[in-house]
Amino acid sequence: MLNPTLSHRWAALILVTVLLIAPAIPSALAQSLHIYNWNDYFAEDTLANFQTRTGIRPVLDLYDANEVLEAKLFAGRSGYDVVFPTMRPFAARHIQAGLYRPLDKDRLPGLDRLDPTIMASLASADPGNAHAVPYMWGTTGLGLNPAKVREILGEDAPLDTWGLIFDPANAERLAGCGISLLDDPAEVIPAALIYLGRDPHSLAHEDLAAVRGLLDAIHPFLRNIHSSQYISDLANGELCVAHGYSGDVLQAQTRAEEAGGRVEIDYLIPREGAVLWTDVIAILKDAPNPDAAHAFIAYLLEPEVIAAISNYVFYANPNPASKPYLDSALRDDPGIYPPAEVQARLVVPALRSERELRELNRFWTRAKAQR
Amino acid sequence: MPPTARPRQPGRRLSRLVNIGIPYLWLGIFFLLPFVIVLQISLAEPRLAQPPYTALAEWLGDGVLSIRLDLQNYLLVLSDDIYLAAFMNSLKVAFFCTLLCLLIGYPMAYAIATAPSRWRIPLLMLIILPFWTSFLIRVYAWIGILQTSGFLNNFLLWLGLIDEPLAILYTQTAIYIGIVYSYLPFMILPLYANLTRLDRTLLEAAADLGCRPFRAFVRVTLPLSRAGIIAGCMLVFIPVVGEFVIPDLLGGPDTLMVGRMLWTEFFSNVDWPLASALAILLLGLLVIPFVLMQRWQLAAEDPDR
Repeated sequence: MLNPTLSHRWAALILVTVLLIAPAIPSALAQSLHIYNWNDYFAEDTLANFQTRTGIRPVLDLYDANEVLEAKLFAGRSGYDVVFPTMRPFAARHIQAGLYRPLDKDRLPGLDRLDPTIMASLASADPGNAHAVPYMWGTTGLGLNPAKVREILGEDAPLDTWGLIFDPANAERLAGCGISLLDDPAEVIPAALIYLGRDPHSLAHEDLAAVRGLLDAIHPFLRNIHSSQYISDLANGELCVAHGYSGDVLQAQTRAEEAGGRVEIDYLIPREGAVLWTDVIAILKDAPNPDAAHAFIAYLLEPEVIAAISNYVFYANPNPASKPYLDSALRDDPGIYPPAEVQARLVVPALRSERELRELNRFWTRAKAQR
Repeated sequence: MPPTARPRQPGRRLSRLVNIGIPYLWLGIFFLLPFVIVLQISLAEPRLAQPPYTALAEWLGDGVLSIRLDLQNYLLVLSDDIYLAAFMNSLKVAFFCTLLCLLIGYPMAYAIATAPSRWRIPLLMLIILPFWTSFLIRVYAWIGILQTSGFLNNFLLWLGLIDEPLAILYTQTAIYIGIVYSYLPFMILPLYANLTRLDRTLLEAAADLGCRPFRAFVRVTLPLSRAGIIAGCMLVFIPVVGEFVIPDLLGGPDTLMVGRMLWTEFFSNVDWPLASALAILLLGLLVIPFVLMQRWQLAAEDPDR
């Protein structure tokens, strides 16, 4: 005889299962969009608002280095729709390698309102701006602890200069409180050449020899050569001058404040000039859902949307129409939106052939290891 | 007729085949196949496409299969002294770390193995417990301990042993500390397993015959624990040669190790073939100690050979 309570239990179990699965059904049927982006590179509500508006379910994965993204793209079948690489040299060589899908510009109505200078600069690596839409831009300059640097170099010492790191006399005096360089020849070599007053893009033997001489002179005084460790080291007071990306230094600033505000961090663009970088949005050639990817880029091109992201991530965006929606703290920060005379001294990294790239990396490995 | 030549039943034959086949299948899929793929990439040329290396074999039609092997990658690695320097430095670091692990790990393993039996499990747990936290977090913890304003410097300053904080983080010393700390359990566990099985009556016999404890240790315990020493040393030495994370997080600007070189070739240069060639050479370098270990073990099992 069948136990009636048992059959009730079965019915209840089935009901509960259905109730648990039911909410998942519409989202499984709905379109999804696979996004691969840097960590902390959207505002908190960017993706939620997109889903509410379009019904497309965004799936976000994160990376912390262009190289990691690149290795996945070259391996193929990554399953992502949109990615956010740095234009030079990364996206430029992905475009050359045919990894991206040409944009359907009719579906990106905000595209023609972007900053024409930035679009022109991107077009030199992406003819006709066919593949890449600029997302955020920034500079590579100096993150420093002004109080400590002034204590060592004197009250009147200029802070906005590469001389803090590249002048061996300064480097020696600052060694005790800690200085560091980025672990990237594409950043360090142009910075050193700018400091030396030479062509920042030069590959000439005598220019590289001069850079090597400079690196050898300051090498004993460097605490570290690393591309991410300086964020926490600046915040902890472990470093007083770091060669770093604007947004990373501002992140160190925030962390130092959260840790009790004993350490003060500033970001400065050196007066001699600095490297300007642009991160772009691109759709992969094998994107599972290019329609959703276009809808997402169109959404990011809206001034209010991108302004909200800038306000959250503390990077400048290439959309002039977003200015009215930016927080004044961001808009008026010369480290984020530099004045015109500073902007004139910013340089974009040169595009290198694979052979040149290997030469530069070998040069860098030798310089780092002092061999 | 010798007993081995006796005809076997088919059922036993099948089970033998399965018994031998499964490990070989495993090795084939998870070792040989990846190895062949890496070897194939190491003989290709880099190119800017997906995948970023050329195919080795190309069908030209008319029954012609063109196979192109590029040995340039190997020639470059062998001719540029920066790679040799990286290999040598990695071997040096691995050697001294293994030695340190052995010097620290042997007494610990010995103490646990000779401890009263109710203490052994808790003591072993203390060795294994750190594994319950992520390896990466434990390495990050060392940054907090070793940095200028870190725990160690503050403690030494408080004791008055030093007047100025020591610069340990981002130096070779920090790499040694991090590696020895992380790999010590891999030395202790095989040594412990070996030393617990040691026949204690042999030591009693040595003592009865007038052998002093230290001499008994050198003449009896140490030779009998050779298999454990070799296993522990291999478990430490081999992964440390290719170690990337610890030197990257704790090491300084002049740390030249083969793991880092491999990273640079693969990620910064997008030169998968050269990175693969480095990996193959590294593997070759590591196979040698393995072969030596096997020789020693065979010799230990069968001293007459």
